[in-house]
Order: sequence, then C-alpha cells, then structure tokens
Amino acid sequence: MSEAILNVKGLTKNFGGIKAIDNVDLDIKLGEIVALIGPNGAGKTTFFNCLTGIYTPSAGDITLCHPESGKETRLNGMKPNKITEEGMARTFQNIRLFPTMSVLENVMIGRHCRTKSFIPGAIFRGPATRREEEEIVNVSYEILEKVGLEKQVNEEARNLPYGAQRRLEIARALATEPFLLLLDEPAAGMNPNETEALVGLIRKICKEGHSILLIEHDMKLVMSLSDRIFVMDYGRKIAKGTPEEVRSNPAVIKAYLGEDVDA
Amino acid sequence: MFPVKELKRSLLISLWFAFLTFPIMVIKVDPIERTVIWRWDNLFFVALGSFVISILAKVYLLRKERRAGRKKVKKELTEPFVQRILREPRFLFPLSFAVLTFALLFPALFSTYQTNIMTTALMYVVLGLGLNIVVGVAGLLDLGYVAFYAVGAYSYALLNMHFGMGFWAVLPIGGLLAAILGILLGFPVLRLRGDYLAIVTLGFGEIIRLILENWNTFSQGPSGIANIARPGFFGMQMSFDAGITYIYYIVVALVIFTIFVVNRLQDSRLGRAWLALREDEIACEAMGIDRTKTKLIAFSLGAFWAGLVGVIFAAKTTFVNPASFTFLESAIILSIVVLGGMGSIVGVIFGALILILMPEYLRALSEYRMLAFGGILVVMMVFKPNGIISNVRRSYRFKKHPSKEVIEP
Ligand SMILES: Nc1ncnc2c1ncn2[C@@H]1O[C@H](COP(=O)(O)OP(=O)(O)OP(=O)(O)O)[C@@H](O)[C@H]1O
Ligand SMILES: [Mg+2]
Repeated sequence: MSEAILNVKGLTKNFGGIKAIDNVDLDIKLGEIVALIGPNGAGKTTFFNCLTGIYTPSAGDITLCHPESGKETRLNGMKPNKITEEGMARTFQNIRLFPTMSVLENVMIGRHCRTKSFIPGAIFRGPATRREEEEIVNVSYEILEKVGLEKQVNEEARNLPYGAQRRLEIARALATEPFLLLLDEPAAGMNPNETEALVGLIRKICKEGHSILLIEHDMKLVMSLSDRIFVMDYGRKIAKGTPEEVRSNPAVIKAYLGEDVDA
Repeated sequence: MFPVKELKRSLLISLWFAFLTFPIMVIKVDPIERTVIWRWDNLFFVALGSFVISILAKVYLLRKERRAGRKKVKKELTEPFVQRILREPRFLFPLSFAVLTFALLFPALFSTYQTNIMTTALMYVVLGLGLNIVVGVAGLLDLGYVAFYAVGAYSYALLNMHFGMGFWAVLPIGGLLAAILGILLGFPVLRLRGDYLAIVTLGFGEIIRLILENWNTFSQGPSGIANIARPGFFGMQMSFDAGITYIYYIVVALVIFTIFVVNRLQDSRLGRAWLALREDEIACEAMGIDRTKTKLIAFSLGAFWAGLVGVIFAAKTTFVNPASFTFLESAIILSIVVLGGMGSIVGVIFGALILILMPEYLRALSEYRMLAFGGILVVMMVFKPNGIISNVRRSYRFKKHPSKEVIEP
C-alpha cells in the first residue's frame, strides 16, 4: 500500500508581508525517508512548525492519514499536543530538551500522551498506576538503549555532549510512538563519526515502521538516506524527486550556488 | 592574589552605596529645632561596611569558581550533606520518626505561647508547599497567592456566621472554593508567561483584598468578621489552652497530609509534566502535553492548599479582616519557596520555619524584619540561587534486565 500518510496541499505562511512559505505541496508515503532541503532561510523550519501546530498556516491543507486505522485528520489549527497524539512527532533545530531533568525523565515526558494516570492515581498510587509507571520507565529505557544513551540515564540532559543531546531529542520524540517522525537538522554540529552512527540510527528507526521527514544541510547524509527529496528556496518548492534527479536539477544547483552557475 | 580590578570595583560599589544611603544615613532633619544635622561619620561607616562586604563576597565567589573548576568529577562528594541523608532511607526513616515524635510532643514540652507560634509556622509550611507546586514545580510565578488564602478564611467566616456551619464541614469546602477560583482565574491568565503572569496575579490578589475591604454587606468591610467558632471535637467543650493544642495537632496532621500528597504528585506523570513545563513550554507541547490543562491543575491544586490553610487561620484567630491578606503575605510565602529551594519539599519546610520562627524568637530584630527579609533573599540569590536545599532529581538504576529494577532516591 503506497497511500500517502502525510499530504500537504498549497501550504502558505505569511509573517506580516513576508511569505515564509509559499504554496508548497508535499507528500510522504508509508515507510519512506523523505528529505526537505534548501538554503538557509528557505522556510524549512517554518514548514515544520506549521505541520506540528506551533504556527497556524495562513492557507493550505495538511492531512495526516493513520497507516493502520486509515483515519484521516486535518491538522490545520490543531494544538501541537493533539498533533503529537495523532502520531506525528518532531525534534528541534535548536535543541529544546528539558535541561535540568535527567535523560530518562526527558524520554519519560514523551510517554505522557500515551499514558493516563491522573491526580487520584498519583496520590493513591494503586496497582494500575504503578504498572503504568513501570511501563513508562521500561519503555523509555529501551528507547534510550536504541539510541545508545542507556549509560547516561541519570545524567542531567544539559550535561550531555551535543551529539548525544540530538540523539536524546530523537529518543524523546520516539517515546510518543509516532508513525511519522520529523527531524530538523539532526546531524547539525556532529562530527563525521557521530553522523555515520546517526545514519545507521535513522535507517533502523525507519525499518521499525516510522516514516521520516528530515531537514538536513549535510548533502552526503541526505543523498545516502533519502528515498525522495523536496527542495525549497525562498519559501517555494523548486524541485522534487529522487536524489539523482535532484542532484542534476538546474534549479537546485542555481539555488545552492547562486547566479554564478549561469555566468 | 586578589585582583586589583576587583578592589577598584569594590571601591566604586562602596562609593555608590554611600551616595545612595546619603539621604537617610547622613541627613537628619530635626523638625522642631528646624535644623539639619549632618552625620558625616555614618557616611564613612556605610562606605567602609559595603567595601568590606563586597570584597568578602567577591573572595567567596572567586573561591567557589575555582573549586568548581577543579573537581567536577567528584560530584558525589560535594553533594550536600542534607541531600545525602535524604537519599538514604536508612537515615531518612529514623530522622523523620524523630522529627514526628518531637512535633507530637511539642505542646507537652513547651508553653501554649510557643505552641501557638509553632502552629503559625506550620501553617506557613503548608502554604509554602502549596505555592511550591505552582512556583517551584510548574514554574508559574504567582504573586497573588494570598487571594486563595483569603477565600478559604472568608468562606469559613461567612459560612459560620450565616449558616452556623462547623469547621470540619467547611474545611473541604474552603479548599474547593479556592481551587475553583484558581481554575476560573487560571483560564484567562495562564496564557501569559513569566513577568506578565506575575503582574496579573499580583493585581488579582489586590482585587480580592479590595473587594473584601469595600463590599461591606458581603464581608463587613475593614472591620472584619469576629467570633468565628473554633474547631469542634465531637461537641466537646474545650479550654482555651486545649483549643490551641487541638489546632496545633490539626495543623500537624495537615502538614503530614500535604507532604505525603505533594511528594506523590511530584513523583508522578503529572509532576514530571509540571517540571517539563517549567523548563520548556514549546517542547512540552510538541511532546504531547496539554499546556493549559497541566498549568490549570497546578494552579488550582496550589490554591486548594491555600484555601485549607485559610479555613484553619480563621478558626485559629476566630477573627478575619482584609488586613491579614495583603501583598506582603504573598511575598512572605513566595520568599519561603525561593529561600527554601524551588521544588524541594524539605527546603520549603526549612524556609518556612526559618522565615516565620526567626522574627518571633529574635524580637529585637522584628522592627527590621522586612530589611532582614530583603537582605537574606539577596544574599541567598547571590550565593545559593537554588535555595537552602535544592531539589534532587530522582535517579533510577537498571541491571541487565531493566524490567523490574526501579530504585527510589
Ligand atoms: N516567527 C517569525 N516571524 C517572522 N519571520 C519569521 C519567523 N520565523 C521565521 N521567519 C522567517 O522565515 C524565513 C524562513 O525561516 P526558517 O527558519 O524556516 O528557515 P530554514 O529554512 O529553517 O533555515 P535554516 O536552514 O537556516 O534553518 C526566514 O526569512 C525567517 O526570517
Ligand atoms: Mg531551520
């Protein structure tokens, strides 16, 4: 089944007079790794913010289709936490962990929307609550093992090295059980070894049934990972296709290298 | 050893201080003789004093910096003594048992007067723990907390006056009314962040006080409501002294109840969400936490405790008037939380005991209470910004199989 799990039609976002995103279409199919690239300021992060409800789009439609139930949800105007509940989670370009909470607790926060104990549960701590807490801890720990942070569970998140913080963000997002994961420049600030490990991690996550949309400036990573690539410049989509198609697309080369190419 | 630059700086600070305090410390107007007395020697003492203090502070900070740079690895060792005790159940249990025994024997060991003061201090412990949920854990700066305290006190005063309702019936009602008011206020206000939230809650606290002061038909205005019934004990007649002891035990029970509940709440799914909310709201929402709902719960739970203590306050003093619910009261409760340690239960208990008992036992200081307050807070913020006892994150330990191994701090 190659139904699209995310369908974006004519998405536009204005900031005052600026069109940060201008009529962009995008779709992701189940099991795909899709990359969104473009020069600095192209509007990629703004695009993510519109998808995840942090910004309200000025125009256009965002539809999320749950791969199992087939339920279609229009995301425009929904609150970020509801969108996460629908099964789409993200990481942030400028890392936004909970700095003074421990690594494990950061991931446990991700479990929040999949658990439900409330005030009475917290106070009386009955068997159901205890079971739920145990489940939260165990699932979180397993996810940390997956991203290779199981040694630092009790460390404060802010004390982790940069690359580990990026992986922790991925772990936290995974804890919300997304079927679609949005990664905003996951390799930024990583050294070549870390980047290589990250590629492996993303592949593994994808195999486990999470489709991925990623923003990245590291072209080597993008070309080796993605099934398809969308290219943005000045808020508009200027190209889409497989890595080979995009690599040889004149519009893309022009956007990246400036006017010099023509001259 | 000590940089000359810092010396210069301290000199400037002391000059600035001398200048600032010039009008009050040097000029003294004698309105009867119509003369001005210039007390130049005061200027000298102020300058010298602030110079010495600023140098001492600088030396301390320098040494602390150096120490921090040297041994980051030995974190276990530098962990404060108190926190190590709190972490280990084998110290913690006997200790809490001793404290509890002392608390229970207190009225027998000390005079009624002392018991009464202790009751007040313990009431502030509960208020502090309640506000701690809002400010310390969820990070919502609430400067109008006293409003909920007033709601509790006046609900008992009014329900008792008009309907003759007893203490035990009103206790939960007062708490619930305060919690409901918390939700009603929270809806419009909790969209705001940081400073804006602080200002609006400050205004709200004052509004409640002004309503109580001016709506005479409702609250009897500034003259307040007198002759409120003390708590009953199965209809038994109690002497004045016995009444005080009785209220003391009620408050002790409330303190224990509060500690239990707040501790459980902090270490739960909800408590983690509050902490996360304090750290980063946007990330929180993106991780599926309903921001408004989570904040509202924190706000109204905090208000609930203020309401409970309000009812007890009315029953203890048998008299309420708006003057008991000024901004100063909010400021004191907030100082308790900040001084004790944001988010730390033990810290807040210490904070309350210190801030409330100290002025009582240092009567000589009582005139300078506000000055001492300000001074202590400034010093704390400089040297120990996390409070007396800062919050410890719970740590988890896993063996090979992570399945069952959860270990409490
Ligand atoms: N909240 C905002 N208000 C006004 N303008 C904004 C806002 N957010 C983004 N923009 C503008 O939108 C444009 C796109 O920014 P965006 O952060 O989406 O770029 P990007 O493609 O993620 O760039 P980078 O690769 O540097 O991360 C920029 O010109 C930016 O100044
Ligand atoms: Mg960006």
